[in-house]
Amino acid sequence: MIRFDDVSKSYPDGTEAVRSFTLEAPTGQTTVLVGSSGCGKTTLLRMVNRMVDPTSGRVWIDDENVADVPPVPLRRRIGYVMQNAGLLPHRKVIDNIATVPLLTGTPKAQAHARAHELMELVGLESSMANRYPDQLSGGQQQRVGVARGLAADPNILLMDEPFGAVDPLVRADLQAELLRIQRELHKTIVFVTHDIAEALALGDQIVILAKGARIAQAGTPQQVVSEPADSFVADFLGLGRGALDLHLRETAGGTLVVDALGRPAGRLADGPGPEA
Amino acid sequence: MNYFSEAIAWILDPANASGPSGVWARCWEHLWYTLLAVVLACVIAIPLGYLVGHTRRGRGLVVVSSGAARALPTLGVVTLVGLVLGIGLVAPMVALVLLAVPSVLAGAYAGIEAIDRRTVDAARAMGMSEWEVLTRVEIPLGLPLLLGGVRSATLQVIATATLAAYVGAGGLGRFLFLGLKTQDYPQMLASALLVVAIALLMEGVFEISERAAARRLHTA
Ligand SMILES: Nc1ncnc2c1ncn2[C@@H]1O[C@H](COP(=O)(O)OP(=O)(O)OP(=O)(O)O)[C@@H](O)[C@H]1O
Ligand SMILES: [Mg+2]
Repeated sequence: MIRFDDVSKSYPDGTEAVRSFTLEAPTGQTTVLVGSSGCGKTTLLRMVNRMVDPTSGRVWIDDENVADVPPVPLRRRIGYVMQNAGLLPHRKVIDNIATVPLLTGTPKAQAHARAHELMELVGLESSMANRYPDQLSGGQQQRVGVARGLAADPNILLMDEPFGAVDPLVRADLQAELLRIQRELHKTIVFVTHDIAEALALGDQIVILAKGARIAQAGTPQQVVSEPADSFVADFLGLGRGALDLHLRETAGGTLVVDALGRPAGRLADGPGPEA
Repeated sequence: MNYFSEAIAWILDPANASGPSGVWARCWEHLWYTLLAVVLACVIAIPLGYLVGHTRRGRGLVVVSSGAARALPTLGVVTLVGLVLGIGLVAPMVALVLLAVPSVLAGAYAGIEAIDRRTVDAARAMGMSEWEVLTRVEIPLGLPLLLGGVRSATLQVIATATLAAYVGAGGLGRFLFLGLKTQDYPQMLASALLVVAIALLMEGVFEISERAAARRLHTA
């Protein structure tokens, strides 16, 4: 469990990035922070691994105040996937993935074996192990970033728009991959995005943020879509524009569900469907 | 053209080749002065440059003092230190180190400064200590620019090390000052040609090591 307890952050230049933010990210679940650019998402995420120290308030991991943990060991036990992958350009893929295990003294052979497993887990061909980051596509780099975040087998995974730099198809692919990994590993994930569809697809808990990291609404995907707290949330979700609306259309082959643009999103089946 | 062939003949003349004041000995002396000055400059400038590059503090101070050091007339320094410490290698060595420090320093901190901030941030976020960030990320990625700085320092020192002879030390400057005194122009030109040859040799060494570094770092 990660708990933000009334945290605020003002940068030296006076920018108030986060103001009195309180939230609990439950163990083993995915909490998605979603909000427009500059609303303080990255700042919040980096408070967890002490890349940013809050100006006031506390961040707890279980019953431990992170301010009491030295940053280096803290960071080594928290997986962090960065907005731009942030790979080390002078190291091969395999060594990038094994960065943290190698830092903590895991024997090289063992760290590499684990890195190979992770490459498979995130859908990278093992032939890429000896490439350098600049020899990979954007999507492949993101996968390396995810694998690196998982390498030390952390309980907590912080993901900052990890799929931002890839095209929609690869993005959907990576999202599916993450859901599969999460079903297997049950990490406590805090995931940042400004893409509402991504938030709905991945989140157990969705936190919609306004400027200064003000919580406009926090709840399950179902709650935010069916009961938006206010017009800000409704606008953000695009409910007014009908962006999330689905319609039924009768055809000779059965009832289709079509999206806001009239494209088929699927086929209407019997029953209420599985719980998310 | 005439001087030129006479100079070549002077270099190739077996009578000038060997002995403690022969061409070979003076070449070695010259190279040795150069290496000593550059190594001393590196010992001073690299840690300082890394400190400035890593902490991003004190850059202004370094720029200003390097600029001042560059502006010092080397012959003046040699004479001045020579007057204080007497004839010998110390005075020219002080001057040569002063000459080499700014380039090495600039290479060391510029190499670190040029690294993408996000790469360093990522290294830190993975849980590298400051020392690990420096030794595993900043130093390797800064190596090409550092080598460039050492390279230009070396070339400056090779050219300027001729001044060592001015205060009684050895090196290829001996032939230069000897030739000047006796109006033996072919000998002066021979000295200059040998300096150029050594400079080219070192250029080759640096070219090879810069390429090796780039290959190893995968930056080219
Ligand atoms: N180091 C800093 N110094 C000063 N201001 C900063 C710093 N880092 C962030 N800010 C400011 O704090 C605010 C929140 O920044 P943050 O990076 O947390 O936003 P974000 O929600 O992650 O945005 P994005 O979606 O664009 O990544 C912004 O106004 C930003 O300009
Ligand atoms: Mg951000």
